[in-house]
Amino acid sequence: MVDETAIEPTQAGESNSEEFQGGRRFSWGTGAIWLLLLAFLLLLFFGLRRTQQGPVQPGAPAPQFSLTTFDGQDLDTTHMRGKVILVNFWASWCVPCEQEAAELQQAYENYKDKGVVFIGVNYVDTEPEARDYMARFDITYPNGPDLGTRISQAYRIRGVPETYIMGANGNLVEAKIGPYASLAEIQASLDRALGSTTE
Amino acid sequence: MSARRPLTLVILAAIVAIGLSVAVSRSAQAQPPTPSDNQVNQVASQLYCPVCENVPLDVCPTQACAQWRELIREKLAAGWSDDQIKQYFVTQYGDRVLATPPAHGLNWLVYVLPPVAILIGVGILAAVLRSWRRAPVPEPAAPPSTEDPYVRQMEEELKRRERGE
Repeated sequence: MVDETAIEPTQAGESNSEEFQGGRRFSWGTGAIWLLLLAFLLLLFFGLRRTQQGPVQPGAPAPQFSLTTFDGQDLDTTHMRGKVILVNFWASWCVPCEQEAAELQQAYENYKDKGVVFIGVNYVDTEPEARDYMARFDITYPNGPDLGTRISQAYRIRGVPETYIMGANGNLVEAKIGPYASLAEIQASLDRALGSTTE
Repeated sequence: MSARRPLTLVILAAIVAIGLSVAVSRSAQAQPPTPSDNQVNQVASQLYCPVCENVPLDVCPTQACAQWRELIREKLAAGWSDDQIKQYFVTQYGDRVLATPPAHGLNWLVYVLPPVAILIGVGILAAVLRSWRRAPVPEPAAPPSTEDPYVRQMEEELKRRERGE
């Protein structure tokens, strides 16, 4: 007499074992799919992290850049070490930019002989309108277009106006998101930057 | 002789006037016509607003977009081709103004990933279909065996009852 109940579990066990072994068999196709999926998720992760980073924060090294002004002058911030640099992002279509335009020009006149460099970065604009804007507010400090939005991408700006003040050591001293409220506010920021330089 | 002089002057003045009017009309004809809104929008529809994301330039309502459309009109009037204008916008504002990103850097993923995903999907579908075809078809339940003496006896009993025995 054969004990059937004793045989059945063994057969089932063998069957399961075969399936298990089959499932664990390495397949190049499956491996490639998992690898692709992983690479895609990593790309997504780093892309999202970059967009969530926000603007460059004070204390961090300020992105260095070069720019050709509307007058054809070539500027390179790496050649301006030892000076405080105010970088203002603006556009002619930006209404809040108009609130601070005259004050920035006034601050430039007050600080140009104190080792402060002003650079206006014209963000996604058309040249005739940008020139009109500069003429309207009598802006005389160097201004140039942000070709290919390379500078604004380096600073990760979210809009205009935004102003960044770089210390003499190349680190960012202050980031102002939105327009300055008054000339006094701009001058206070520049004094802090100059103070941090002399310390 | 003196009577003819005014007549000669009138004829000369008429010739000069005709000559001037012809010259003016020719110069007017030589000026390229201002590009129409349709021509501007035809180029603008291939570009995206650099500030407001995912808005084509031809339908963008902002002041900045109106300025860019005017810029396109100026470039068209200057004889620029569509490609030259698009390249100008890319140089000024970056690749993001293009409706279709150029295939370089990480952009190539946009072109490669969809076909790869479709191929993987087709592969998975084919594998599933193959496994279904290989799966053993369950055998239909066997009809009750007529060899069974109880069944045979029951059938005989039923037949006898039908005959009214």
